[in-house]
Amino acid sequence: MTRHVVMAMLTDALLIARKDLKLELRSRVAMNQVIPFALLVLVLFAFALDPDRGLLQKATPGLYWIAVLFSGLLAMQRSFAVESADGVTDALRLSGLSPSGIYLGKTLSVAVQLLVLEVLLGVGVVVLYGTTVGGWLLLVATILVATAAISTAGTLFGVVASGLRVRETLLPLLLLPVLAPVLIGSTRAFEAALNGTPSEGWPWVGLMSVFAVVYVVAGIFGFGPLMEES
Amino acid sequence: MTTETARQVEVTDDGPTSTGSRATMILGIVTLLALAMLVLFGLILSPADENQGDAVRIMYVHVPSATLSYVGCFLTTIGSAVYLWRKSQWWDLVAYAGAEVAALFTAFTLVTGMLWGRPTWGVYWVWDARLTSEAMLMLLLLGYLAVRRLAADYDVRAKRAAIVGLLLVPNVFIVRQSVQWWRTLHQTPTLSLSGAEIQGLMLFSLFIGFIAITLVFVWMVIHRFRVAWLEEQVDAEGLDVAIAERRAEGAVS
Repeated sequence: MTRHVVMAMLTDALLIARKDLKLELRSRVAMNQVIPFALLVLVLFAFALDPDRGLLQKATPGLYWIAVLFSGLLAMQRSFAVESADGVTDALRLSGLSPSGIYLGKTLSVAVQLLVLEVLLGVGVVVLYGTTVGGWLLLVATILVATAAISTAGTLFGVVASGLRVRETLLPLLLLPVLAPVLIGSTRAFEAALNGTPSEGWPWVGLMSVFAVVYVVAGIFGFGPLMEES
Repeated sequence: MTTETARQVEVTDDGPTSTGSRATMILGIVTLLALAMLVLFGLILSPADENQGDAVRIMYVHVPSATLSYVGCFLTTIGSAVYLWRKSQWWDLVAYAGAEVAALFTAFTLVTGMLWGRPTWGVYWVWDARLTSEAMLMLLLLGYLAVRRLAADYDVRAKRAAIVGLLLVPNVFIVRQSVQWWRTLHQTPTLSLSGAEIQGLMLFSLFIGFIAITLVFVWMVIHRFRVAWLEEQVDAEGLDVAIAERRAEGAVS
């Protein structure tokens, strides 16, 4: 029976993820607004920190992840904004899809969007900040685990803030302090990879994995009560 | 007034009917006595420290309030968990009271810590692991309290706050761990209270501080809970009255 439930949950998750990503592809909001915003943040950092002093290069890991968090926040807000119009939330509730499946699907679609953003921002820092890339294994592992951590927590807090008049201001306040460990971890892991000392980075990958697991569990069990309400 | 309200919460009658009782009054008197003892021992009888001077007296309130700010977080997470499990308003309000008093104690800890740091280190703030995690705790609590103040139905607000509250302690743990690593990978912790041996009257003053501040904490949580409970009752009654009035209008016309 449990096997059956898990399979149904995963099928629902794929269904929701496909729907959300299709929506993003067709509406082109991510393409036309979120990605340009992310690149804009990179340029603004260059204005704030004089590019001639080598600060940008030195601070690349931190600036990169700040840019990911801020532009990712826009993507996460959108993930629930598309549900709040025209009573779509009610339709989703009536659809009979399992709430855990909806949660995983939303998480998956946010994660895919974040990955696209991260690749583009990576190209951005290499081109604009002249950062030399190394330690590929740790870099890729950090990106995957940090993306999982950001999207699992972001989706859970996204639904906590959804459907409220204050959602645009509430989500950053709830989410950013919670994501502080992920910011610290991903930044330190990136530094370790770029400095050629990957052994210092792996504990952070472990910490972020624990974070992601905590939030996946919380999301799978907490999404049901949150969907039932109102 | 037989109107059924849409509330899912079990409205029980065993809640408080006023902001205080005889027991809380006695508790309040004991708390005041303990605070007087703390003033006597902390400010008058205990000696100044060799290194820190009179600034050490701040520690008698700073250390206990830091500890209790974490106790408040545990209260919030436990209250949220029981609320999600049993849907009892009582536990939901325990979580609320715990978080609000914890936020107050965290703010107090930060302020007293800065006032101690200025004469001792020469600066108000250092990026020490302990200070940074206390500041992050404050931000996490402010997020929770923001959810509590949402203008939404009781059930919606309580359920969302419970999810945030449930994750409060796990978050505090992960944040503390990461901040610890973040600082210690680069440098050794800058302050260590346990290193300096505290003894005699100073240790006793700290002990009195723990008792007095714990009593203040308990007194505050109880009263915050009672006020929150009464507020909910007034809201529910106001809704009943409003519905009854509208019905009466309908019957007349």
